[in-house]
Amino acid sequence: MAVDSLTCKECEASYELGAAYFCERCFGPLEVRYDHSDLEPAAARRKIQAGSQGIWRYANFLPFDGRPGDPLEPGLTPLIRADRLAERLGLGEVWVKNDAANPTHSFKDRVVAVAVAKAKELGFDTVACASTGNLANAVAAHAAAAGLDSYVFVPSDLEEQKLLATAIYGTKLVGVRGNYDDVNRLCTELAQERPWAFVNVNLRPYYAEGSKTLAYETIEQLGWELPDRIVAPIASGSMFTKLGRGISEWLQLGLVSGELPTFCGAQADGCSPVATAFADGSSVCKPQKPDTIAKSLAIGDPADGPYALDLARSTGGSIDSVSDDEITAGIKLLAETTGIFTETAGGVTVGVLAKLAERGAIGGDERVVVYITGEGLKTLDAARDSFRMHEIDPTLEDFEREFAAQAVV
Amino acid sequence: MSVKVKIPSQLRAATNGEGELEVEGGTVGEALDAVFDQHDGLRERITQDGDLRRFVNVYVSGEDIRFQDGLETAVADGDEVTILPAVAGG
Repeated sequence: MAVDSLTCKECEASYELGAAYFCERCFGPLEVRYDHSDLEPAAARRKIQAGSQGIWRYANFLPFDGRPGDPLEPGLTPLIRADRLAERLGLGEVWVKNDAANPTHSFKDRVVAVAVAKAKELGFDTVACASTGNLANAVAAHAAAAGLDSYVFVPSDLEEQKLLATAIYGTKLVGVRGNYDDVNRLCTELAQERPWAFVNVNLRPYYAEGSKTLAYETIEQLGWELPDRIVAPIASGSMFTKLGRGISEWLQLGLVSGELPTFCGAQADGCSPVATAFADGSSVCKPQKPDTIAKSLAIGDPADGPYALDLARSTGGSIDSVSDDEITAGIKLLAETTGIFTETAGGVTVGVLAKLAERGAIGGDERVVVYITGEGLKTLDAARDSFRMHEIDPTLEDFEREFAAQAVV
Repeated sequence: MSVKVKIPSQLRAATNGEGELEVEGGTVGEALDAVFDQHDGLRERITQDGDLRRFVNVYVSGEDIRFQDGLETAVADGDEVTILPAVAGG
């Protein structure tokens, strides 16, 4: 048996594997611990390769005794070598992990698949979440697929696309008049009052484990090798730190060899508590009131901020932020060079990649993996004024007139 | 000032099951001290070296005290002080 206990990341107090998320002694976050003492690396790799075409191929490294049933299995999204993007930025080897290619078009399908499976195992009949949008889509969809009731809490001023792509699944969509941190506080209080599985509150230790599958897939897709550098977005810092955890686990267990990559985090200027703390040399994040077009990253009080800072610092990395204009430019650059249309969070990540390249932080021989966590069609406003359409009459003459300046020689 | 302090359900074993405590105090820090005077077991869970532990959030009527004056934040008669774990969300 691999999954062992819940353990406090701060004081090491141990808890049973139930719906608990913080340490009653010190308020520290609980994390799932495993016992892999009988694991044999070659056999583990073979088992993975013979597994399902999604995250459950990594079931041995997720908090379950067996592989749960999952009608909407996410994962095994494309890892694409992005040579034209690398060339535009003067870099050597850049790969893009396109995690928009999931059932509800963001990496949140991974964490929600794990949380919903755990909610069912623990006997909950209702799941819920506090969301900036992508999580809302995923919880509503996976609850529908699993036959569970759901409540989804979001800031009421969210992008229409994200509201629509949540409500369509028949969830109870609750728009809270406030920012994400207000929604999160409300859900933390509600989790004490209602017998529900809040995927990112009382089931958060399990939910967060789902992000490790992004790291596992990257390693497998690179032919059981590691990248030199990772560039990934930071909202709460959970996905960022779990990328590190996933890689560390496999390094320790011998499924891959090498060193932990350099971790570079990406935030928007308008919500940059972790980047600010990094620049200030601080180990805690001062909360901010978000004001950015990157709403999926607009968490002013990031729960895993201290751990994201630790990871960036201990690997010689960095945490940077970019402006709204740089976010839009990042979306366009990725689309033009890779054919991938990402949402604002992806624009933040590509914007930070460009910033790192510009200041010479990335060596020419480095293998860099960039994490694109969401779909461009969900944040259309960010790209609204980014193009001009050639409107013509349906005649050859009008076409020739319109494109006269670009006539083929 | 008489304020109401709300205790997370997971810590109510230390308050004999009480979820809301009425205490006197002019600031958040004073109100929390008054709570700790009644239930000493809570002090070391919530604070460390006189400050809040780093994964504890405190709100006065819904507003995070880090946007105000921290433990020095003034409280008015009837205000609600809520203690919550910080490790949710995202």
